[in-house]
Amino acid sequence: MNAAPGLLASAWTIARKDLAIEFRTRSAFLSALVLSLLAIVIFYFAWDPTAIRATDLAPGVLWVTFTFSGLLGLHRSFGVEQHDGAMDALLVAPVPRESIFLGKALANLAFVLGVQAVALPAVALFYNLPLDGRAFALLAGVMVLAALGLVSIGTMFAGMTANTRLAELLLPVLALPFFVPIVMPAAKLTAAVLAGRPFGEAVAWLRILLAFDLVFAYVCMLVFPFTLDD
Amino acid sequence: MSAPPAAPARGPHALSLVALAAVAAAYVRAIWFTPPEAVQGYAQKILYVHAPAAWVAFLAFGLTALAGAFWLFLKDPRLDRFAESSAEVGVVFTTAVLTTGPLWGRPIWGTWWTWDARLTLTLFLWFVYVGYLVLRGVIPEREQRARYAAVLGILGALLIPFIHLSVYLFRTLHPLPVVARTDGPQMPPVMLITFFGCFAAFTLLYVAFVRARMALAAERDALEDAAVGGTA
Amino acid sequence: MTARVEAAGLVRTFGARRAVDGLSFTLAPGDCLALFGPNGAGKSTALRMLAGLLSPSAGQARIEGVSLPRPEARARVGLISHRGMLYEALTARENVRFSAALHGLRDVEGAVQRALEQLRVADRADVPVRSLSRGLQQRVSIARAIVHGPDVLLADEPYTGLDEQGGAALTALLRERRAAGAALIVVTHHLHEGLALATHAAVMRAGRFARYERAEGLERDRYAAEYRELVA
Repeated sequence: MNAAPGLLASAWTIARKDLAIEFRTRSAFLSALVLSLLAIVIFYFAWDPTAIRATDLAPGVLWVTFTFSGLLGLHRSFGVEQHDGAMDALLVAPVPRESIFLGKALANLAFVLGVQAVALPAVALFYNLPLDGRAFALLAGVMVLAALGLVSIGTMFAGMTANTRLAELLLPVLALPFFVPIVMPAAKLTAAVLAGRPFGEAVAWLRILLAFDLVFAYVCMLVFPFTLDD
Repeated sequence: MSAPPAAPARGPHALSLVALAAVAAAYVRAIWFTPPEAVQGYAQKILYVHAPAAWVAFLAFGLTALAGAFWLFLKDPRLDRFAESSAEVGVVFTTAVLTTGPLWGRPIWGTWWTWDARLTLTLFLWFVYVGYLVLRGVIPEREQRARYAAVLGILGALLIPFIHLSVYLFRTLHPLPVVARTDGPQMPPVMLITFFGCFAAFTLLYVAFVRARMALAAERDALEDAAVGGTA
Repeated sequence: MTARVEAAGLVRTFGARRAVDGLSFTLAPGDCLALFGPNGAGKSTALRMLAGLLSPSAGQARIEGVSLPRPEARARVGLISHRGMLYEALTARENVRFSAALHGLRDVEGAVQRALEQLRVADRADVPVRSLSRGLQQRVSIARAIVHGPDVLLADEPYTGLDEQGGAALTALLRERRAAGAALIVVTHHLHEGLALATHAAVMRAGRFARYERAEGLERDRYAAEYRELVA
């Protein structure tokens, strides 16, 4: 008798499979990347540098870009399962249903952080942001925290909308209101870092972000099986 | 072979008539028999719609989430029909809140829209539940629709405190022009009674609307069932 | 000895439609049930319940005495359907390896190689599935379903798209699984194909078994004639 793999092991298997597919095709990642860069460039030309300082504008640009490019990657996440009915095979396999959520979320996290790893330096470059090593590290930390929440919610809704018509439209409609308590703290924290203000004053925002991550990562994993069992 | 659904009784139910009469009575009192507020003048009377509508909106969404959560365990179709009806009625009342808010805000705050914590929260509530209705609309299979809606309802209820917290924090860090508080401690009893009447009338209206909407949902389901029964 | 497959009063409704309306049978090791029936008779729905993909509205499905959809029960099931359930960007080997990993096999590479060889696709195993013909994809899909040596093999129209060689390989494989003590359920439109393998035969109509009997000694041409009459 084969020992069925546990939650983490099977989640890892699923995440690796998703990333292998993404690596093989690269289409979604490249589109998300180019979309991010385009958004950053277009924002620049919609901006009056004499009226608003770059450090005031950058958080908004960064987080709007982040949110929309993230959505692009999330939609693809369940599309690969839908295409040839592979979800059925996944559901018959003796893995906990939660591991499907966890695996997908892990792959999506890698995807979103990958896009972000390019978008953040791009914003710094195009907007001439005064970023030193410490600021970069702090921003990277904020990004990881924001990405956790974004990916939890996004994976959940991507799974829900995948087999409905209007999936590509419905996902942002459902997910964006949930991104508010992520984007707001993230943008505030980014602004604090860019302005070189002490991080201390932003602690309240950090708390909201952390609480959101904890609550929604856990609850989404918990309720995700309800969206599978027919 | 199931029998075709019984022909529904036509015309409004007595409860709807009672609720409408109660709303009418409450407004007759609010408009003609309650003095205008000293500072805000006649604009304050908008709050007799605004505040009770907000109360019903929150009540509706709270009950939607609760009904959904119970549905996941009990699978009673009536719970889902209630959730569906309550969400729809809730969106209508939320729309009323979002329209009356700016109408009142223009003369009192001097601006149509302000990112006031509670108004913003209501706006996002509206977004979440319009999404909820859209989601319901695209899923043809009844049980799947109920399951998805229940999950979204629960997540939406969890989202509310987070939005409230972040919007509140956003506001305190960026103080807006001083806001005239409407819920001052010294509301004269005559106004208080009118307010109470409006809240009661609106709650009754909510119950009547949901009841009518649930009857509609039940008929729709029965009609679907009859259609399937006819071809199987 | 516990039955490999046990269906006890399986019912599945979609709204008012009873797709499966009370199905009971058991299969012992080495049994093969050929399941016939017109479109919409509930064959696929029944199979999905036995795979743990659909929860029954009433009744129970058990694999080796373990209720579905518990993982210990699902672990023993292999599912083949007319959909490939493959990832077209991955190679055949990667697809089968993924399935093996999800089942927690110890010797993943060995099991994958054996499954690919058994379906005679080992020589095309390292190109993306996308570039394989429909028939070869179906073989990969079958390799994916049997890599963990399932005790229960559920096959929904498994011969779809297979050429002669593929069909022969599948028949050989099903015989071999049967000899190894697995229980099989094969849903098919082709009576001869199904009866060639079967120890039991059933015809489904409107969610029920219209007939169910041992297949040994069944006169095929007569069965075919009676089947046409039954489903007409």
